[in-house]
Amino acid sequence: MSRIEQFSYDNAIVKKFAYATALWGVVGMLVGLWAAIELIWPAANLNTAMTTFGRIRPLHTNAAIFAFVGNGIFMGVYYSLQRLLKARMFSDLLSNIHFWGWQLIIVAAAVTLPLGITSAHEYAELEWPIDIAIALIWVVFGLNMFGTILKRREQHLYVAIWFYIATWVTVTMLHIGNNIELPVSFLKSYPVFAGVQDALVQWWYGHNAVAFFLTTPYLGLMYYFLPKAANRPVYSYKLSIIHFWALIFIYIWAGPHHLLYTSLPDWAQSLGMVFSLMLIAPSWGGMLNGLLTLRGAWDRVRTDPVLKFMVVAVTAYGMATLEGPMLSIKSVNAISHYTDWTIAHVHIGTLGWNGFLTFGILYYLIPRMFNTKLYSTKLANNHFWIGTLGILFYAIPLYWAGWTQSLMWKEFLPEGILKYTNFLETVTQILPMYRMRALGGSLYLVGVFIMIYNIIKTVKSGQFVANEPAEAPALEVAAKHTGEHWHRWIERRPVQMLVVSLIAVIIGGLVEIFPMMLVDDNVPKIEAVQPYTPLELQGRDLYIREGCLGCHSQMVRPFRSETARYGDYSKSGEFIYDRPFLWGSKRTGPDLHREGGLRNDAWHFNHMYDPRSTSPGSIMPPYPWLFRRDLDVSSTPAKIRTLRKLGTPYPEGYDQQAIDDLQKQAKGIAETLRTQGVELEGLENKEIVALIAYLQRLGTDIKPKPQAGQ
Amino acid sequence: MKIIFFLIILSLLIALGFLAAFIWAVRSGQYDDDYTPSVRILFDDKKTDSE
Repeated sequence: MSRIEQFSYDNAIVKKFAYATALWGVVGMLVGLWAAIELIWPAANLNTAMTTFGRIRPLHTNAAIFAFVGNGIFMGVYYSLQRLLKARMFSDLLSNIHFWGWQLIIVAAAVTLPLGITSAHEYAELEWPIDIAIALIWVVFGLNMFGTILKRREQHLYVAIWFYIATWVTVTMLHIGNNIELPVSFLKSYPVFAGVQDALVQWWYGHNAVAFFLTTPYLGLMYYFLPKAANRPVYSYKLSIIHFWALIFIYIWAGPHHLLYTSLPDWAQSLGMVFSLMLIAPSWGGMLNGLLTLRGAWDRVRTDPVLKFMVVAVTAYGMATLEGPMLSIKSVNAISHYTDWTIAHVHIGTLGWNGFLTFGILYYLIPRMFNTKLYSTKLANNHFWIGTLGILFYAIPLYWAGWTQSLMWKEFLPEGILKYTNFLETVTQILPMYRMRALGGSLYLVGVFIMIYNIIKTVKSGQFVANEPAEAPALEVAAKHTGEHWHRWIERRPVQMLVVSLIAVIIGGLVEIFPMMLVDDNVPKIEAVQPYTPLELQGRDLYIREGCLGCHSQMVRPFRSETARYGDYSKSGEFIYDRPFLWGSKRTGPDLHREGGLRNDAWHFNHMYDPRSTSPGSIMPPYPWLFRRDLDVSSTPAKIRTLRKLGTPYPEGYDQQAIDDLQKQAKGIAETLRTQGVELEGLENKEIVALIAYLQRLGTDIKPKPQAGQ
Repeated sequence: MKIIFFLIILSLLIALGFLAAFIWAVRSGQYDDDYTPSVRILFDDKKTDSE
């Protein structure tokens, strides 16, 4: 017989993560609501750079994903892992480093993103020093988790733990893979991969970030908290095991579905589509497993708010994971991509699946940790209904908006010309839906405030149990060959041996192949495609800083409706100097890849100063600070040097000449602007000139240069 | 487009890692019992007050 061991669970760390989840949830949603309001009322940006849509949109996504859901993951993992393994966390110190480190990273994100410090990779916008900090804290989390697994008192690893492990392993790889960049300065870097390659790495990351940050950890939480809340075993444990392994092996291959009809090779697109469709099976297996857990307990769903939240969460998971594969079908994607349909889709996932499961877990955990009852079940039920209504008001109008706009983009008159030649018509058409969406978001947020009030009241009525005493028999250790060398262990296991050696071989191969293919791929494929001039490069970095890619794509798809509207479709060879790629994923405004030479410089000048002066009814914010600030030219040589290192063929020593060239080109543009009637003191030094230089360059490499002063 | 081979190899690597984990799980008896774990998690090991 094993000896019974006494120990305690660390609730203090769970409480910290729980509070952080609620706090960052409010912050992330407030910023989201703000962004939504700016889309219907551009003046809501307070005419300030830091609070303009392009900059707060990444702030919203990062806060919602990494601050709200991130802390939610850690809250649930730290609570369930200890209980599933019958062991306290490996190290309280690591737990606390993890907690405070993660919060510091969030604060760093909240400061840098509004300042326009971004790498322009969606959901990986943070610059390299913060990337490194994330990696370190993530390792701390890993050490703590695996340490706990090693000292567990329960031999069997419950399926939830497998989901946590997969999350950790895969996020580690994704985070590193998508952040291979060369620093220019402390807060600026360029990615090693360019153009199509950068796009593929980014969406391999982007897709799997959804898979392994928003999905697998939450599935783990579902498999723990749903049965606990229902007080019933999961419907089929066997199915949960199959769910896990099937999901893990399929998910990682579906990334290219974010790049359908782009310049990505066709076969890669089809591969992504096939794997996406296969994903329906494990996803729905998981959803059904969750819902069927409640068989015979549905009467309790009527009264228990925790179960209500969880049921809607699991249903939202099922809806989103059916919709996702549908959107991955090329012909559906041709309609949905770049529209608000995508926005609705992701919000079913985040508001429904992640949000509601988080709320359910909070309502479950807080009373238990404080040894009391939930302050008000009625308020929790109200939260549930307001939140559900909020999701509906959010998603349905956006589905409508997405369809409407896409059909308008594609509509031709019998004469064979586009019906809505002015992009703006398709925007003003869906503004009522944007208003509804803001209403939906507000409702959802009201629900969260109700929850916070309820939690505060609950906390006040209870007594916090920081260290929850527990007892369990020690784990019986199988007879060990003491003093045995580790290699002897593996030798007795041929399969493991094979796998380990295979991995070793692949790593070796990678190290050899990798630098070679980088060099090879930097050879220009279209002769006319030239590197950016220093001024264009600076303008491009302004485009990145202002987050223009949040609303404008740079990827004309090979459809008649798009080539008729924008011009020749985009070719992969045009992007070889694009670090980072700026294809974007949403068209709140028109595509810009063929913008160069389409309009004169003065038009851009006036449009950026006051978009509604050139485009009445536009919802684009004005950018007056570009007209006040002088361009920081001092960073140019370092940028040229970094890009040269990465293989952009600037001549040797060009970094010394770059500033002169930049100023010469700026003078030329200022001259042109003056002849077109623009007056501004010190015009050639202003940021706007660099941005105009970049916009006028876009997509012009493979078409005739525009006539000067057109 | 050689980047795709990089990503495929990297993804395969992860998949192989998980395959190894799967083989370990099956061989070490993790899945010998595919029912009781689901029930066991429902019992909280509250410390008994008998002492």
